Amino acid sequence: MLRVFLRGANTKAQKCLYGRAHPTNLQHHRHYTSGESSGAAKVVAVGLVTLGSSIGGTVLYAKWDPKFRTAVEKNIPYSDWLLGMALGPNPYSPVTAHKKQVELSQPPSMMTEESRSSKIKKEKNIKEEPSVSTASETTSAPVYSAQSIEEECKECHHHGDTPVPAMVEAVDSMTEGPLKERPAEEVTARLAQQEQEDQDILASVSASLEESLASSAKTTLQAIGAQEAALQAIGSHTHKLKEAMEAEVPPDQKSAQWRDLETALAERRSTVNDAGAALLKARDALDSLRSVIDKAKESKVAAVQPLVLAAEENLHSMVVDLDQAVTKVQSAESEAKIVSQYTELVNEAKRQFQKELSSLTPEIQANWKGLTGKLSADDLNALIAHAHRRIDQLNRELAEQRVREQVHIEAALEQQKLEDQKALDKAVHTATQHSKEEARLEQERKLSELREVMEAEMRTQLRRQAAAHTDHLRDILKVQEQELRSEAEQVLNSKMLEQETHYRQLTQEQLDNFTLDMNAAYARLKGMEEAIDSHVIAEEEARKAHQLWLSVEALSYTLKTAGSDLPTKPLESAVQAIQDSCCNNEFALALASALPEESLRRGVYSEASLRSRFNSLRSMVRRVALIDESHNSLYQYFLSYLQAALLFEEKQAMPPTQLTNEDLDPFKLLSYASYCLEHEDLELAAKFVNQLRGEARRVVQDWLTEARLTLETRQVVTLLSAYANAVGLGTTQAP
Amino acid sequence: MADEHGRKWDRCLADTAVKTVTGISVGIVLSVLFFKRRTWPVSLGSGMGLGMGYSNCQHDFRSPYLLHGNMVKDQ
Repeated sequence: MLRVFLRGANTKAQKCLYGRAHPTNLQHHRHYTSGESSGAAKVVAVGLVTLGSSIGGTVLYAKWDPKFRTAVEKNIPYSDWLLGMALGPNPYSPVTAHKKQVELSQPPSMMTEESRSSKIKKEKNIKEEPSVSTASETTSAPVYSAQSIEEECKECHHHGDTPVPAMVEAVDSMTEGPLKERPAEEVTARLAQQEQEDQDILASVSASLEESLASSAKTTLQAIGAQEAALQAIGSHTHKLKEAMEAEVPPDQKSAQWRDLETALAERRSTVNDAGAALLKARDALDSLRSVIDKAKESKVAAVQPLVLAAEENLHSMVVDLDQAVTKVQSAESEAKIVSQYTELVNEAKRQFQKELSSLTPEIQANWKGLTGKLSADDLNALIAHAHRRIDQLNRELAEQRVREQVHIEAALEQQKLEDQKALDKAVHTATQHSKEEARLEQERKLSELREVMEAEMRTQLRRQAAAHTDHLRDILKVQEQELRSEAEQVLNSKMLEQETHYRQLTQEQLDNFTLDMNAAYARLKGMEEAIDSHVIAEEEARKAHQLWLSVEALSYTLKTAGSDLPTKPLESAVQAIQDSCCNNEFALALASALPEESLRRGVYSEASLRSRFNSLRSMVRRVALIDESHNSLYQYFLSYLQAALLFEEKQAMPPTQLTNEDLDPFKLLSYASYCLEHEDLELAAKFVNQLRGEARRVVQDWLTEARLTLETRQVVTLLSAYANAVGLGTTQAP
Repeated sequence: MADEHGRKWDRCLADTAVKTVTGISVGIVLSVLFFKRRTWPVSLGSGMGLGMGYSNCQHDFRSPYLLHGNMVKDQ
């Protein structure tokens, strides 16, 4: 007790010490771990550095070597994104190589066979006619300027030349992929579309031209009318003015005249303004027309040209008319200016005279003609003197004027010359412009005529070509038809032959199959009949077997009727039933008669009862284990009892496959037998029990006989049931 | 058959007891009558009784193993 306590105290002390030692250990560990952690950080750092350097090295080498880059991009999933971010897109990628391949295949495809190219050319020619016509127009313009219209082959050459580049262009533009011929429907569709477009353009252009022409004509006419009106007004005004100046009319009509003059002046002014406005409008309209014409000229449609030409001619004539009217108006205006100047001078002189008169005779005002009675002699004298003086002065001036006449006339002539020159220049300029315009229009007209001629020529040539092409096609088609027909006939014949043989085969097969089926059916019928007969027999057998089986089952059931410690019912009746049911079966009869009498009369014990009996017997056997024939005194009995009390053996021991001498010890035998009984092996248990000798054997003798009886009966019954089962299985047919 | 063993034992013990008691009583009587109340007749009697009972018991238990021979006279 004390030792235990001391031990416990020691262990506790040790624990304390160990506990205190723990922190130091932990500290050591921590040192190690911290050392370890610094080591781990080092490892991590080294790893990161190597990773970064490897990535950087890969990127740099990829920059230098594109093949390596493509390899890397192919193999490593997101490397192409990374490399693209770092270096930009890959110049040497398989995509660009593919494109180059495609482009390389283009020129060989362009070098097609002759017939195909000619066909294509023809089709392209038909398609490109409008564009070619404009091209020919531009080319024929220099040709026309060189004035070699008669050289039609040169024209054809040009035609020949321009389609080829046009075709090449068209081919290039049209076919990015493989070169293929446009089907005829597409061509005609395109042609129709083009024509439609041209028609539309033509219609629109002509409409616009007409519209603008109409508007400009209207405005021009209006302007010309306005100019004429202005002319008229100016003429009337000047005439009236002259009349007013020179004619001596009574004074009351004079005022009416002056009023007329003023109205004429106002009218003239208004008409001149209107004419100016109309002129502006007309010029605007003409400008717009010109712009429209220019726009129309830009369009490539051939049919527009004559319209354009006509419009230009109209424009020109209108411009000419307008200019003429304007010149007329301007001349009238200049005349009117002269007349107005004259009137001004006259008015000026009159005013001067009036002023002198008023200065002389201040009290007399205004109209001196009506003052005949009011003037005194002095006034008259003064007036006359003044008049004489004035006349002298005027005479002097006249003489001076006559002297200076020449100079004045020369100066005036010079001025007139200059003005005439200017007017001449202007007229010349306008005339040259007009003539230039006319020449240009003439040229355009001639050009359009030529174009039409050329177009007609080209159309006939193309028609000829098309006719030749159709003839050629027809011949080829005929030949092809022949070939295809013969081929088709051949194929047809072979197929027919095939089908015939196949059909014959099928019919033969059908016949064979039918014969086979008939035979099979007949055989089956026969078989069925036999089967039915054998069935009847088999059923009879089966019935008997069932009966036997049932009786055997009854017998085996009677075996089960053993209660605990009570034997079964006597098996006699069951056996009788069996013997009745298997009257012609020797095996069964023999078996049935092999049952022991005791079982028949009295019945057998069940295994469970035997087992329980054995357990009670076991103690008895143990007690008399030492007793046999020679050792059977009471002292032996005492010893045997002592042994039984002191010796312990296993309740159940697995028996070995071979018994040795040692195993014949009663205790061992009992344990073996008990094991066997527990495992429901009555036979083996009985065998083991049979090995007991001496008093033990005498004690278990009854048990043994009972066991033997049970075993016998069971064996016979098992045999019978097996036999019945076999017979039953043999006779019953599987469902 | 096991019951017989038990039955034998019953008989044996009963018989032994009876014999022993009888022996004791005879011993007591003899001791009182003839041998001046000495104990030795009692012990003699009990011993004899026990012995007889033991012997009977033993014979009873041995009985299955005893062989009974018949003398066959030559004639």
